[in-house]
Amino acid sequence: MKRGMGWNGVLALTLGFAFIYAPILLLILFSFNDSRLVTVWGGFTTRWYQGLASNEALMSAAWNSLRVGVASATIATVMGALIALALARFGKFRGRGALAAMAFAPVVMPEVITALSLLLLFVAIDLDRGALTITIAHATFTTGFVAAIVGARLSLFDRSLEEAAMDLGASPLFAIALVTLPLIAPAILAGWMLAFTLSLDDLVIASFVSGPGSTTLPMRIYSQARLGVSPDINAVGSVLIAVVTVAVLTATVALKRAGEGERAA
Amino acid sequence: MSAPHAFGRAARFAVLSPPVVFLALFFLAPFLFVARISLSQSTRAQPPYAPQYEQGSGLEGLRAVLEGLNFENYATILSDDLYLSAFLTALRIAATSTFLLLLIAYPIAYAMARARPALRPLLLALMIVPFWTSFLIRIYAWIGILKPEGLLNQALLALGLIDAPLEILNTEIAIYIGIVYAYLPFMVLPIYAVLVAQSHDLLEAAADLGCPPWKSFWLVTVPLSAPGVAAGCLLVFIPCVGEFVIPDLLGGSETLMIGRQLWSEFFGNRDWPTASAIAVILVIILLIPFLILRRLEARGEEALK
Repeated sequence: MKRGMGWNGVLALTLGFAFIYAPILLLILFSFNDSRLVTVWGGFTTRWYQGLASNEALMSAAWNSLRVGVASATIATVMGALIALALARFGKFRGRGALAAMAFAPVVMPEVITALSLLLLFVAIDLDRGALTITIAHATFTTGFVAAIVGARLSLFDRSLEEAAMDLGASPLFAIALVTLPLIAPAILAGWMLAFTLSLDDLVIASFVSGPGSTTLPMRIYSQARLGVSPDINAVGSVLIAVVTVAVLTATVALKRAGEGERAA
Repeated sequence: MSAPHAFGRAARFAVLSPPVVFLALFFLAPFLFVARISLSQSTRAQPPYAPQYEQGSGLEGLRAVLEGLNFENYATILSDDLYLSAFLTALRIAATSTFLLLLIAYPIAYAMARARPALRPLLLALMIVPFWTSFLIRIYAWIGILKPEGLLNQALLALGLIDAPLEILNTEIAIYIGIVYAYLPFMVLPIYAVLVAQSHDLLEAAADLGCPPWKSFWLVTVPLSAPGVAAGCLLVFIPCVGEFVIPDLLGGSETLMIGRQLWSEFFGNRDWPTASAIAVILVIILLIPFLILRRLEARGEEALK
């Protein structure tokens, strides 16, 4: 019985990955293009990157995105981890389904709906729109992602370690803080990273709940992208892709190391 | 020893109350506001809907608000061709995209699942990493590829495959390309997950009984992968229906999907009640596949036990 993927499989993967990576590679390539005509190669340059640093509107938008990303990812990580803990360790409690539905619905919900509903809430309770409202909104829609990642990790690991700690007299919360938390730390880090990148990337929700002066990076990119392709956006995009790729690879390596460590233990 | 009972009431309360309060405040309450405003009237006031609750008017004021609510926005939306066609366009494009994604993702997921175990983590990472990087930037990248003087047309002209540039950007085809591109991992990963967990014994048994590989693929592999296929389809169909960025950047002004209609009611016409009513109808439509998804997941969890 043949177990390999065969030539058809190789073909499917080659075409699939070419489709996924070609646009990204072309974008990066053309961010070094010394020509205003974006689709004609005019030689190598780094001037678009140099221009970014002096583009104040872009830099302030990036700074806004960074602050919102760090704050919202932190809130989402705390909430998501608590939800994952409750779903994984509390057995069948009243409201379990409702909690899971509330946490995971925003993950699949079309963004326009989440965005509109949060904005109407902020207007109704008279909360000024700005970095704070974007942070709350981002924390709301990324919590489910964190809960999913941490939950997956919790369902994998050996519960007897917690039980051993409790047999030796640790209270459940103490056992969780000293035994469980260190073991799921990589998943928590990965969850934080995902929440951060999702926040950094969000356009629709931020556009609804932002106020004057709280333009985020995707909002700025979007308003320029609607006017057509430009080398500046190619450069910003390449920087974003590079930053996120490095962050993701770091998180992946951390998760893998932790997994190996546990298996060895 | 059963762990659930190990947690005292205080511990449970400490763990549960922050997320419950947070989600009730920022997920549940907002929907109540959408529902309420969808029953209001559009006005030129600030905020642009009526009736408003008068501060300090107590129960009387609340009753006045409730009496002012009506279903007129829903009647308007359901009787207006513009909104109906925007809903239908969104459902049609989402359904077609889901089908295209299934056709493209299944062979990829199948090949990944059949790859050598040592190779699988690398293939998974290659599939997931682009999904983490900017969605907006990746959609934007397609503008430069698809536009008339773009890279795709240049390549096709240079190869002599076409004589004149193809008109792809600002058509529905561009929307399909964008959606398939952005949502591919959402379809590949659930299918991969069921395929990789499938036991090989079944295929070997089929082979022993004289079943040719294509037939055992069709009779064994495909039916057993149904839960992954269903999960993948719902994971892409639901967000696709409300998709805004892809049709706006790649689809031009011709194709009106309901997500864009909601956006333009809100920002263009400043008609908050109509935008809210569109959101409520959208939620009701999407609740159906969402409930199916939850059910499948519950069944999957039970099967694992």
